[in-house]
Amino acid sequence: MSHPAPNPSSVSRRQFLREGMRLAAMTGAGAFVGLSSGRTGAREHYVWQIDPTKCVYCGNCATACVLKPSAVKCVQAYEICGYCDLCTGYFVPEPNALNTGAENQVCPTAAIERKFIEDPYYEYNIIESRCIGCAKCVEGCTRFGNGSFYLQVRHDRCVNCNECSIARVCAGDAFRRVPASNPYFLKTSAH
Amino acid sequence: MRALFPRSLFPALMGLLAALAGAASEMRFPPPEFETDYTMPGITTPPPRSLAMEYVDTALLVTALGLAAWLVHRRRSRRGLVALSVFSLVYFGFIRTGCICPIGAPQNVALGMFDPGYTIPLTALAFFLVPLVFSLFWGRTFCAAVCPHGALQDLVLIKPVKVPLWIEQGLGIVPFIFLGLGIWLAATGTAFIICRYDAFIPLFRMNGSVFGLALGGIFLAAALFIGRPFCRFLCPYGALLRLGSIVSRKAVRITPDYCTQCRLCEHSCPFGAIREPVKLPVTPNALAPERRRLTWLILALPVLIAGGAWLGSKLSVAAAKMHPTVALAEQFLAGDKAPAPATALPTPETRALGRAAETAPELIAAASEVRRRLGIGGWWFGGWVGLVIGARLISLSLRPNRTDFEPDRGACYACGRCYLACPNERVRVGLITPAEAAALQAHAPVPRPDVKTS
Ligand code: SF4
Ligand code: SF4
Ligand code: SF4
Ligand code: SF4
Ligand code: SF4
Repeated sequence: MSHPAPNPSSVSRRQFLREGMRLAAMTGAGAFVGLSSGRTGAREHYVWQIDPTKCVYCGNCATACVLKPSAVKCVQAYEICGYCDLCTGYFVPEPNALNTGAENQVCPTAAIERKFIEDPYYEYNIIESRCIGCAKCVEGCTRFGNGSFYLQVRHDRCVNCNECSIARVCAGDAFRRVPASNPYFLKTSAH
Repeated sequence: MRALFPRSLFPALMGLLAALAGAASEMRFPPPEFETDYTMPGITTPPPRSLAMEYVDTALLVTALGLAAWLVHRRRSRRGLVALSVFSLVYFGFIRTGCICPIGAPQNVALGMFDPGYTIPLTALAFFLVPLVFSLFWGRTFCAAVCPHGALQDLVLIKPVKVPLWIEQGLGIVPFIFLGLGIWLAATGTAFIICRYDAFIPLFRMNGSVFGLALGGIFLAAALFIGRPFCRFLCPYGALLRLGSIVSRKAVRITPDYCTQCRLCEHSCPFGAIREPVKLPVTPNALAPERRRLTWLILALPVLIAGGAWLGSKLSVAAAKMHPTVALAEQFLAGDKAPAPATALPTPETRALGRAAETAPELIAAASEVRRRLGIGGWWFGGWVGLVIGARLISLSLRPNRTDFEPDRGACYACGRCYLACPNERVRVGLITPAEAAALQAHAPVPRPDVKTS
């Protein structure tokens, strides 16, 4: 055989091989779907959330998020807030005066609104557009108050990274994937 | 200084806190009973992107893939593919902003397989499998016009330079290695490095770390002159699609009619995917050295795999440092000897170490379990790298059986650029007459005598 033309037997052999491999791949994919659908039932996707009981207020939430400013914000659990006059999440230790002067506030961006309700109670609201998620107020409130300030991933902002880049540096190992239908931790008791 | 208390009190306070947490959760300041009619605001819980949207995404993915397959094989229209690419870039890229995309999905699948605490969401599974199944039938239709990463690089390509084949072949194994690394680290819950080094997601979000945006910028700048650098030299999902495409039912053809080997299409592929016909040698004996080399390579394959596996197992200690738990445990065990200065303000590290001190036994147990799993995975990963290198060497010494100018099944992104470079194709679609085609071919580069066939 000295003819340079294609060798038909080898062409069909390759074709055969290819078909066999395709079949194997399809079978593999099918088996795989069977396996994983048997194992899951995961109709839902996951989102990232912070377990407030594990957060140690390290401050990475403000800096490590892929979004600038961070998708993590402080939230206020009003039910457990003491409405304290001297809010340890709002005021720096030993403030000059219990007023809204910036030098008295813990929050670096003045994102907390202090509103008089009735003597001696004040309501504290987070102005979310200003909050950078630095956890300074969370630390003050959780250490010395009721812990009604806590950090949460806000899902209207979060782009739901496949791997949250805060999660991998979180000092408290507080991030976890939670079902998207139940995407927040609602704090109902202190700590 | 806004330290809330001296650093020296830190451990004491931590202990106090732990005690408090244990002694039920009492409020330090009982919530007030309001006398005025005050209505307490509620906490807002803005929902994440809805599940319905995820299904819309999946449906759009399937539709776009079907359309791409039709445009590649039936309609054979580069213009249609460009239009679809623009759509995919806008929707899957800038609107959906990526996650979870097929490129990262192998990691979710790996994590789901090995971590009982994580189940693969249906949509992630679909994004992983559907493009692969399409590749088994119609080649890399996902890359052609559906993948936003590919579309972005494809659309910005203005002046392609030719990458020498040996670089192409050498760097071409990187995606396979990256895939193996990604799966290894994801399956052990260590990291999702494919996502971490994704070049274009920060650009789609138009937001991100300096590193991410810079990486995107570099790849984008390179993509102006090098056709699809991310696809060719990094994309791990592309590696899977390449395998699917090699055995696909339909392969991309430059012309569906007949190739007259005028060589006019030869340089039309900016990704160097077009291969020339290969002539069989005149005497079968001339094949003997090649056969011998092939035999040696096949025999060497198990050695390569074993060697790789051994090297891989050595890597696992270094890889374990990427796992936050292991990193913290190591830092904690090292820090036992040298306690941090007591006056320093708390930093993320000291806070993490504080947690480590509280939970030391569990932490260390968890860390050594991760280490163990990474160790097992290291053998597999190393073996995979050995297999990839061996398989590439073998494929290089296989003699392809090709009589026409054809795209390489694995390397072709089905972009459709080469179609109209072929005069016979232009005749087929009625752009020119056969006479004009003949004139074109007369001016074509002279065919090498050895590929001239009957
Ligand atoms: S998932 Fe991404 S966007 Fe959301 S909080 Fe984490 S890093 Fe930020
Ligand atoms: S102190 Fe930090 S976390 Fe708290 S409201 Fe201000 S910016 Fe947000
Ligand atoms: S990174 Fe973790 S520990 Fe640090 S502030 Fe955020 S949730 Fe809290
Ligand atoms: S090779 Fe990867 S990045 Fe490129 S088009 Fe294909 S899937 Fe997308
Ligand atoms: S369709 Fe043609 S030009 Fe496009 S990648 Fe494939 S061989 Fe290259």
